[in-house]
Amino acid sequence: MRMGDQGMEKEDKMALDTDQDILEVRDGVDRETVETVQNMGAYKYGWNTEIEMEYAPIGVNEDIVRLISAKNGEPGWMTDWRLQAFRRWQAMEEPRWAMLHYPEIDYQSQYYYAQPKSMVNKPKSLDEVDPKLLATYAKLGIPLKEQMILAGVEGADGAPSEARKVAVDAVFDSVSVGTTFKAELAKAGVIFCSISEAIREHPELVRKYLGSVVPQSDNFFATLNSAVFSDGSFVYIPPNTKCPMELSTYFRINAENTGQFERTLIIADKGSYVSYLEGCTAPKRDVAQLHAAVVEIVILEDAEVKYSTVQNWYPGDEEGKGGIYNFVTKRADCRGDRAKVMWTQVETGSAITWKYPSCILRGDDSQGEFYSIAIANNCQQADTGTKMIHLGKNTRSRIVSKGISAGKAQNTYRGLVSMHPKATNGRNYTQCDSLLIGDKCGAHTVPYIEVKNNSSRVEHEATTSKVDDDQLFYCRSRGMDEEEAVALVVNGFCREVLQALPMEFAMEAQSLVAISLEGSVG
Amino acid sequence: MAAPARKDAAREAATEARLAAMDLPKGGFTTMARAAALARVRAAGLPSKRDEYWRYTNPAELTVADGPEAALFAGQVEPQLFGARDRLVVAFTDGRFDAERSSADLALEGVEITRLAVADAVDLHWARDLYGALEADGQQPVVRPLAALNTAAATDGVLIRATGRAAKPVHLVYYHESTTSDAILHHCIRIESGAELTLLETGPAAARFSKVMEVDLAAGGRFHHVRAQGRDHSRRAITHIFTRLGAGSQFKSFTLTANGVLTRNECVIDIRGDGAVAHVAGAALGDGATGDFHHDDTVFVTHDAVGCESRQVFKKVLKNGAVGVFQGKILVKQGAQKTDGYQISQALLLDEDSQFLAKPELEIYADDVKCSHGSTTGAIDDTALFYLRSRGVSREDATALLVLSFLADAIAEIEDEGLQAEIVTRLEGWLARRRKG
Repeated sequence: MRMGDQGMEKEDKMALDTDQDILEVRDGVDRETVETVQNMGAYKYGWNTEIEMEYAPIGVNEDIVRLISAKNGEPGWMTDWRLQAFRRWQAMEEPRWAMLHYPEIDYQSQYYYAQPKSMVNKPKSLDEVDPKLLATYAKLGIPLKEQMILAGVEGADGAPSEARKVAVDAVFDSVSVGTTFKAELAKAGVIFCSISEAIREHPELVRKYLGSVVPQSDNFFATLNSAVFSDGSFVYIPPNTKCPMELSTYFRINAENTGQFERTLIIADKGSYVSYLEGCTAPKRDVAQLHAAVVEIVILEDAEVKYSTVQNWYPGDEEGKGGIYNFVTKRADCRGDRAKVMWTQVETGSAITWKYPSCILRGDDSQGEFYSIAIANNCQQADTGTKMIHLGKNTRSRIVSKGISAGKAQNTYRGLVSMHPKATNGRNYTQCDSLLIGDKCGAHTVPYIEVKNNSSRVEHEATTSKVDDDQLFYCRSRGMDEEEAVALVVNGFCREVLQALPMEFAMEAQSLVAISLEGSVG
Repeated sequence: MAAPARKDAAREAATEARLAAMDLPKGGFTTMARAAALARVRAAGLPSKRDEYWRYTNPAELTVADGPEAALFAGQVEPQLFGARDRLVVAFTDGRFDAERSSADLALEGVEITRLAVADAVDLHWARDLYGALEADGQQPVVRPLAALNTAAATDGVLIRATGRAAKPVHLVYYHESTTSDAILHHCIRIESGAELTLLETGPAAARFSKVMEVDLAAGGRFHHVRAQGRDHSRRAITHIFTRLGAGSQFKSFTLTANGVLTRNECVIDIRGDGAVAHVAGAALGDGATGDFHHDDTVFVTHDAVGCESRQVFKKVLKNGAVGVFQGKILVKQGAQKTDGYQISQALLLDEDSQFLAKPELEIYADDVKCSHGSTTGAIDDTALFYLRSRGVSREDATALLVLSFLADAIAEIEDEGLQAEIVTRLEGWLARRRKG
């Protein structure tokens, strides 16, 4: 079957010499597209950094858990916390309810800890960091020098890039390489560092909040993460403080056959505000790699957190070989009244995506928002969505999900909206739209709606369709070529979500959407 | 995707206990089908509340060996719905054929009609290829063990084959007279090419009622179904409709439910022929004041042909702690292009205690389709209420009017206007009885 498809592609390419043939190709495909796809090789972050690594022994057991804890120089309570999680994990079963099909994961045949040798003795400042590592991030467009600003606008020619500062925590395989602008942030009272450092330096905060949003044994993958997480980012915004710059973590998987398990903890104290960005990439490899992260966000009274993700892990090749298996638990707890959280995600990478960033709306008048674009192409499978748990009075939530499926990919929106009996005057609006490009892919919607009081209003809408012929025709009649027309229509389809992203990310996301789609039509 | 029921010791024990308490019929043209169904029941085991497909409805009272007792309806008895129409009546009292209440002659032009209990004695019957067949198909991708149990254990039902346009509707009337009755009926309906039939169903049937109806539509066949599930407060019911649609055929079904401790209506629609149309609708009114009310509509539509249309319209009005459930799914298989799938589920909660739980799903493997679903939950619109009150309409009248208009979309799915009017009258009666005096 696959061989046949490839053969077809070649024939198309050869036959595309006359206009007549162009018309025969399905929606949105022309010669330029086919060529772009073939030249592009689609994934541009697929290179790997040759660097000497130090690994923990393969597999996972209590000794590995202790080893990771020791590597991070953790106090005893943290080691015990991890071991407790590990013991629970051993009794748990991997969930299989998602619409995802992947071969059995052998949890004992991969490495749980890998760090560059040059990081064994932690560099005291960024100047001491291995130049190879700095070069890696430079190549990814992530500046680790403070005089530089985030270069996320690459590709958007002519777009003026404002000199906005973005602090970056760079995680390379199992360890944080460095965090920028720490001193400047400290002046505002903001703590931004790796989680391993926070466990050592700010144990009172970590002990109070770690596991308070995503409990140790929340689910199979979160429990595994609780046992073996190696690093990640920690953010604390003090009361009544607007974080002076955007914070960002960039995750890079480089080592082969190694899982990445990072843990992020964000605490927004009363009346504070922070916008947080997350990006991720990995090299091309034939063997699938596991990524199981946990993100916990605690939002106190009147505080607001914006969390934006552009997930661009290696998606595997066109045949579905390799790629990252991405099992992520993200949850925000609006603990105080009038707390507000906004999740925005652009999911273009990963072979398998299992991810449901959720909001617990506990405080009265708290608000949760979820904006998502999930693009699945080739053999990618995405099962993603959100949970909005309304517990407090007058809580509001909004869900806008745009799923795009192409190739042989499967894309599922799965979500829960729950209005508890005491969550009076709650409000939810959900919109899930799916777009199918090609007749071999699938788009699915699995919402759960649970309303237990009558003063709340809950509305859910979902549509599934293909790129609208009338819209395409209109664009074509205005002189656009088919490629441009499809891009315009799809951009319009994603607009509400793209608008919710911070500027730099919106640019990157827009070009990512275009790249992913160019790869799909044909 | 609901996982198949997990097999475990407790489930197996519960299943065997239920089977042991039953007297399974033997012999006749259904022998093979019943044996196969029994194997399906044992393979899947009876459902439990831990199953994803039973997330919002606890099946315990439907699966337990001895069903709970159900008091008879004590309120004022209304004239029988559709009673004034010219129709052929087949009556069942507590699941047994009731000749006295049925039409004297079960003959109807354009239709062959007999009963399962009668036909089961013969070796060969047209229904042999149908009995249990659509139910068996409907076990994928989600198991429905209670339907298989029905196939294995049904004691009676009607076998209707429409060969032309039926001269008048067939009306199945179910009476409930015993507080402990546990009725299991299984109907098979075959609509031959170009034939047409209207089937009416009314009445509470039994203390506990299990019903499966298999409807097989040949090319161009048309089937209209209108049912009202009795006002008994304490009855429990599990019903399944399995239908298979041939090219250009039409299936339309509407259900009105008022009261009932526990009702689960499953409708499994398999669209196999190009250009077929399937509409399924329901209006449920639940008042928890007269006993618990739990109403579950579970619909599964599979599109496996080109250019077909499906519609699901479900409305629920809930008060005094009533619980409404809707699980609806549209599955569009690869190649089922030009599909138009629509689904709406809405609940009107008349007080703080009632609940609406919904899982409207889409699973789509074809690109040239238009599928959408919507679901809303909320109270009566204050603005609309204010408008009516400002026009001099009393609060009670205004509420009743808004409830009726809320249900109108579902009722409009009934093609026959006369039947529509009778349903509306029935609804008005329900509302009138609940007005604060």
